[in-house]
Amino acid sequence: MLRAFGLGAILFIFWLLLSGHYTPMLIGFGLGSSVLVVYLATRMDVVDHEGLPLQLGGRFWVYFPWLMKEIFIANVKVARIILSPKLPISPVVTHFRASQESDLGKAIYANSITLTPGTITTGIQGQDLEIHALTLKDIDGREEDEMDLRVRWVERGSKRDR
Amino acid sequence: MIDPVLDALSWISILGGVFFMIVGAVGVVRMPDVYTRLHAAGMTDTMGAGLLLLGMCFQAGPTLVLVRLILVYAFLLFTSPIGTHALASAALSGGVEPYRVPVEDAGRADSLRGGENS
Amino acid sequence: MFIAATVGVLASMSLVMARALMGPTVYDRVLAVNTFGTKTVLLIAVLGFLTERPEFLDLAIVYALINFIGTIAVLKFFEYRDLGRTRRPEADAE
Repeated sequence: MLRAFGLGAILFIFWLLLSGHYTPMLIGFGLGSSVLVVYLATRMDVVDHEGLPLQLGGRFWVYFPWLMKEIFIANVKVARIILSPKLPISPVVTHFRASQESDLGKAIYANSITLTPGTITTGIQGQDLEIHALTLKDIDGREEDEMDLRVRWVERGSKRDR
Repeated sequence: MIDPVLDALSWISILGGVFFMIVGAVGVVRMPDVYTRLHAAGMTDTMGAGLLLLGMCFQAGPTLVLVRLILVYAFLLFTSPIGTHALASAALSGGVEPYRVPVEDAGRADSLRGGENS
Repeated sequence: MFIAATVGVLASMSLVMARALMGPTVYDRVLAVNTFGTKTVLLIAVLGFLTERPEFLDLAIVYALINFIGTIAVLKFFEYRDLGRTRRPEADAE
């Protein structure tokens, strides 16, 4: 119920930001369509801890700047590889272990890996992530281990209970 | 638009974004197989788009336009890894063999299997 | 400034289009078209600023979503219809 209300509020704010016209009629339309979407989403049973992960709270926004920093560093690395005339790549497929428990945490971890250029998640089975990496050096595991820790923190809220 | 500092910042990030986009496109042309090309394409989605939109953010100032720019980037960040993952797994199940360097241990203690068993 | 950005985006689009035309497998082409779509989103946004009509950004948002859905749809078609067998057994249930 709280989640449905939160979804409605988010959708309505989204409407207000995108519309830019604040006449009573258009705001009424926005309210009406938000309520309609919330009704449909409730019927489809997608308003849960995965569809609207409010339980993450603000922790995701602590993780996000760190992820952007990692993306920047990895981008510079990959750009250097592409621009070097010899194209020094040594692609490998390897497996990582994800320590997250929920599917949501695993999805965040896998998508973070994919977003960082140089590594792509090609498959996930249970706790086992299949990673395609552009160079061997990319998967020495330090960044990924730290990312794993941080995503677990995003998921659970505490860093050290494994 | 008026402030020269903002103008300079926006020049820098727009030129940086264009640089990363062109490098990503060059990578898409140069790389040997689908999976390595995905890495180059991911570069365009994250850094190229990010810096380009950031530069436009500096030009827009605190208006609703800024919100839209951020939304465009948010959608790109959400959809790009899913598309990449779908493409990679479709290519794998479609039988495209990734170009592999044989390795026993990728320098990582808990790498589970050597990449044989996909 | 935006003219430079437009030219840069167009240049990278032509490179990616070259990959779409010569890509050996269908996945190379899908990848190139997906990247092309991302660049189109940015081109729309830049053009909006160039012509000082930021309403173009709404089109950019919609195009980003349509591009994503289109890519997923094409991939699903090739994974389940044309290339037959899938790797994952639970996918066969579809």
